[in-house]
Amino acid sequence: MAFIEAVMQYGFLQKALLTSVMVGIICGVIGCFIILRGMALMGDAISHAVLPGVAISYMLGVNFFFGAVISGVITALAIGFVSQNSRIKHDTSIGIMFTAAFASGILIITMLKSSTDLYHILFGNVLAVRTSDMWITFGISLVVIAAVYLFYKELLVTSFDETMGAAYGLPVRFIHYFLMTLLTMVTVASLQTVGIILVVAMLITPAAAAYLLTERLWVMIFLAAGIGVVSSIVGLYFSFTYNLASGATIVIAATAIFVLVFLFSPKHGLIWKGLKVKKKRASLV
Amino acid sequence: MMKDPAISIQDLYVSYYGNEAVKGVSLSVNTGNLVGIIGPNGAGKSTFLKAMLNLIPKDKGDVKVMGRTIKEVRKNIAYVPQRNDIDWDFPITVLDAVLIGTYPHLKLFRRPKKKDKEWAIECLQRVGMEEFSKRQIGELSGGQQQRVFLARALAQKADLFFLDEPFVGVDVSSEETIVKILKELCRQGKTVIVVHHDLSKANDYFNQLILLNKELISFGTVEEVFKPEVIAKAYKGQFAFMNEIGVSL
Repeated sequence: MAFIEAVMQYGFLQKALLTSVMVGIICGVIGCFIILRGMALMGDAISHAVLPGVAISYMLGVNFFFGAVISGVITALAIGFVSQNSRIKHDTSIGIMFTAAFASGILIITMLKSSTDLYHILFGNVLAVRTSDMWITFGISLVVIAAVYLFYKELLVTSFDETMGAAYGLPVRFIHYFLMTLLTMVTVASLQTVGIILVVAMLITPAAAAYLLTERLWVMIFLAAGIGVVSSIVGLYFSFTYNLASGATIVIAATAIFVLVFLFSPKHGLIWKGLKVKKKRASLV
Repeated sequence: MMKDPAISIQDLYVSYYGNEAVKGVSLSVNTGNLVGIIGPNGAGKSTFLKAMLNLIPKDKGDVKVMGRTIKEVRKNIAYVPQRNDIDWDFPITVLDAVLIGTYPHLKLFRRPKKKDKEWAIECLQRVGMEEFSKRQIGELSGGQQQRVFLARALAQKADLFFLDEPFVGVDVSSEETIVKILKELCRQGKTVIVVHHDLSKANDYFNQLILLNKELISFGTVEEVFKPEVIAKAYKGQFAFMNEIGVSL
């Protein structure tokens, strides 16, 4: 109750709430495609890879959005280049490139001598969201949702059966990098709420929970977005009430939902599956 | 004027990191044929199929489909991948998987309409899978899954069909259904190319065969290709072993 009153009263909390709700939605939406394409590690990589871009933007005094998108996309291209032009496997290439980008980011920030900024970028500080950040998140959300809505067919085909898509003439490589760009934008939007280190959790945990609940992609997308929103609100509540790091509380809330779904999902949950097996075995005695 | 062949391939070469997988294959297939690609394991059958469709890079060679480049006729091509290339846990129902077959003819930003759905159901009926339309694809048996993917190919209203090992892990009755439909397609003047693993029924299923062992060993009607001395050329490794144990051809 005190939380609701506080939301009514404090502008900073309203901004925090709105921003984290938007982040919950877009992370859930993009996360569905990330996990269905088996790219969870790629999500982690891109989120870390925005760091040098953010740092350089700070240095130049421009909005960190631009730097982050550029360094995220360059890293995605570099990962693709290394794995396509050598015997190195994709996950290894991801590991090399994102840690390199992340390390350069840390070096740049340390040289700028601003360790507080580093802490906030890494772990998020949703209660310090500025109005301009909120609008950037709003803009990114619009772009991401519009892109997924408009290109739903193409995203579905290339996630399900990429070869078929290529066979009938879809530019599958381009679609991959397009999705990487969306992923980078989502990461940037999430910097303030959950921070670089934990973005991957917001991408994959709600989507994974949704994956256990349905057999239809569009339902999965809505469920993932919903779970993302609930996690954000619950996380923000605990963060505000007990003065805890917002990124951590939001991620733990998402994990709690995942555990519940993992146990109790009607079709794929551990408990029901176990009960069904037991029943079946009992009927055979 | 002579009609352009359905597919003509000139001097096709493909390699993986310098190891040649397909060497200098040239052939042309006329419209209305049901063609099997056969050959021993590792003969480059799937590679040949994918290179033909420009799905993997080729080192050399020219492929024309109905006298035009692949790029110009993509929407007229239906491709059915190997079953183990598909994630069968993907959140998609049987009907939605078949509906994907209507996507190539839908404009950007357009969704499938009611008539597309009806068409998808019709295609499912042709393969005898309409009662499973609401199932998730992973709940089906191997043969049923393959029939659903054939229905998806039918939904594409293509003139050329390419199937990569459609009979692997498929039950006998599904195999019969699939062969029956492929033969029907050829009678309607479509061209069907199938990578086939198993020699045993190749002579019943196809009217032309491409016998491949990296190089083109033989291409022609089933009668021309399905001769012991021709087959032996492609399978020499395996047959040497058979000679040793006293089987002669």
